[in-house]
Amino acid sequence: MTELLPTTRRFRTMREAVPTVDQVMVEERAASFGKRSIKTSAKLAGLKMAVSMCDLTTLEGKDTPGKVAYLCRKAIQPIDPKYNVPSCAAVCVYPNMVRYARKFLGDNSPVNIAAVATGFPSGQYPLRTKLEEVRRTVADGADEIDMVIDRCAFLAGDHAKVFDEIAATKEACGPTHLKVILETGELVTYDNVRLASEIAMQAGGDFIKTSTGKVSPAATMPVTLVMLEAIRDYFFATGIRIGMKPAGGIRTSKQALAYLVMVKETLGDDWLNPEMFRFGASTLVNDVLMQIVKNVEGNYQGADYFSLS
Amino acid sequence: MKMKLKPVKLSAKRAVAPVGHPVVPLKERRLNFGNKWDYAPAPEDSKSYVIAPQHELFINGKFVAPASGKYFESINPATEQTLTTIAAANAEDVDKAVKSARRAYDKVWSKMPDRERGKYLYRIARIIQEKSRELAVLESMDGGKTIKESRDVDLPLVAAHFFYYAGWADKLKYAFPGKTPQPLGVAGQIIPWNFPLLMAAWKIAPALACGNTVVLKPAETTSLTAMRLAQIFQEAGLPEGVVNIVTGAGETGAALVNHPDIDKLAFTGSTEVGKRIAEAVAGTKKKLTLELGGKAANILFEDAPLDQAIEGVINGIYFNQGHVCCAGSRLFVQEGIYSTVIKKLRDRIQTLRVGNPLDKNTDIGAINSKPQLEKIRELVQSGVDEGAQLTQTACALPAKGYWYPPTFLTGVTHAHRVATEEIFGPVLSIMTFRTPEEAFERANNTPYGLSAGVWTDKGSKIFKMVSKLRAGVVWANTYNKFDPTSPFGGYKESGFGREGGLQGLSAYVRLT
Repeated sequence: MTELLPTTRRFRTMREAVPTVDQVMVEERAASFGKRSIKTSAKLAGLKMAVSMCDLTTLEGKDTPGKVAYLCRKAIQPIDPKYNVPSCAAVCVYPNMVRYARKFLGDNSPVNIAAVATGFPSGQYPLRTKLEEVRRTVADGADEIDMVIDRCAFLAGDHAKVFDEIAATKEACGPTHLKVILETGELVTYDNVRLASEIAMQAGGDFIKTSTGKVSPAATMPVTLVMLEAIRDYFFATGIRIGMKPAGGIRTSKQALAYLVMVKETLGDDWLNPEMFRFGASTLVNDVLMQIVKNVEGNYQGADYFSLS
Repeated sequence: MKMKLKPVKLSAKRAVAPVGHPVVPLKERRLNFGNKWDYAPAPEDSKSYVIAPQHELFINGKFVAPASGKYFESINPATEQTLTTIAAANAEDVDKAVKSARRAYDKVWSKMPDRERGKYLYRIARIIQEKSRELAVLESMDGGKTIKESRDVDLPLVAAHFFYYAGWADKLKYAFPGKTPQPLGVAGQIIPWNFPLLMAAWKIAPALACGNTVVLKPAETTSLTAMRLAQIFQEAGLPEGVVNIVTGAGETGAALVNHPDIDKLAFTGSTEVGKRIAEAVAGTKKKLTLELGGKAANILFEDAPLDQAIEGVINGIYFNQGHVCCAGSRLFVQEGIYSTVIKKLRDRIQTLRVGNPLDKNTDIGAINSKPQLEKIRELVQSGVDEGAQLTQTACALPAKGYWYPPTFLTGVTHAHRVATEEIFGPVLSIMTFRTPEEAFERANNTPYGLSAGVWTDKGSKIFKMVSKLRAGVVWANTYNKFDPTSPFGGYKESGFGREGGLQGLSAYVRLT
């Protein structure tokens, strides 16, 4: 308790320095992006961009090297090359699957390997084991680490601990890209999301990410908007561009396009690329591919024309 | 092994240097709203709806030619092309319309059981809903407002007003406990061009619910949807003469105002015309309600949810091209956040899309008429001449039609014309304040008093401001929210009387 007090006092100033968020207006603004009507050429370009931003994900206890092989192949070539669709940005797997993903993708793959680490999804583990997990996962060949923040510490008010863990994880990552999962479904309020974003960015995250996909609600438009606004203000304050990854619950092309509209109109062109924006999704890609083929061929193809991952 | 953690620092410096992302120097930190991913045109279908080349007057349930035989052109302000011609009603036509309304009042409408009147209003509301896409397209073509707005704001509200007042028709005794509400008789109603159908609904629905009959005069630049509404009245089987619509310019309105057999006048429009109407009506039996101009203050405190407040400011002034009497046209920013607010506004207006009102992605449509465009230009120029600094978006405007880019002026004081005169366009005047007391004093320093906005995270501050602001509507942490259940109207030179809600009924009844 004696140790907590000074830290709490320090972070109280941070709580005050971080802007508050009005629920009604942020939800209204987020809904407005979905009203943009994306047609013809813009639709095709947007859908291809969405594929290139996908972290194709499998995060199951039942994952095997065989399943990861399917996933990797799908990520490299989502559909017949005649449609000119780019590869996905990354595959996203559990740490034990990283070495298999590396084997299937090879060393010079256009598709990165992202691994969830730090006691995903709950984060209720000792820091020492979390960091050991990160080091081993990096050593196995992960290009990106998706860590979870300690929601226990955050909700108990120990924001300093959240910060320290992220900073320590970043150090353990070395040059490996770090995405920080806030698990916004457990933080609940937009004010919490905004504060957690701020802590994650200051502590060394290269990306901030909404959710593990294991908690409902996962990514939503308003939550993502709050995080994009945090990224924008952080960019103006420091000159550093932080990336954004909404994950979980994005299943349709229409949703994906609405997210892209939101990025375009909140952060501008510099964030409209896979280096700065990702979708964490497992089923989104085939819906997007179905729309791409419809756009090219003029009619919808059945689901069996699209490969499983 | 004990982990050694990095010390916590609250400076803007990161604990660990970022990978692969260079630190952008201060001067180059800007958002790039370029054309990396352009939206393709997404026009709403307008070809399916036929606009008749000529529109007559709607008197006694029929479309009749004007006595003068004169017609005037109605153009699409986005293309300057003629949409149709509209009949110009003179005093003789107005007299016919008032007589028809009187006859309908005496013989049919005032004698009808309350619940039967309600049925007609419900039927009208339902037909409006069924035809809402067509009406939205016509509204956008005739007035220049974006389809996004006419489709998502205007038309839903039009139907909602008819539904809401339909519900009151047989419950008027409960609206005025202990009193007996009686209709007034014939109501003359004059409406503006900024929300043509919505203003018609605001006026007609409560009047009919209370048992009055109506002679309505739409604004001369936006008569089209009122005439379409007349067809809906026919379709609904509304008894002949209950609503009459006379089109024309100022002389038509004057004939209506001065007609001796009008019991009640309701006007929405400019303060200048409102004053003339008040003079004309003084000393007569006519009851009067006026909903006039505004110069609303939107007040931003340091503790406001800033990004959402910016959205509210944008909506407050650029909604419907700023052609809104309750537009938040004066922005008061607390000094501590001034530079941040300006920076955020500058970024935000870059993403507003100006152009074809029928394109579903357009945020700002055409200015309603050439005279209005000239008025906006003249007032903005006066602001610049008086030393204010101008910020506008760099967006390309179409060659044909009437357009004005989203604009804001900084360095404005109360001594500037742009701080006091209603511009009625997409132009925001920005001023600063230091304390809540100063904020409401400055906000109240205007002859108008229609609306205001307050942005703060602190509830007690909202209540304090609301009690001090002399404005009919005060929105807290939001702006431009309308609902048929909520009364709307002004203080001071923004008019008197309330429209909407329970209060909106009292303008159309005599209580005994």
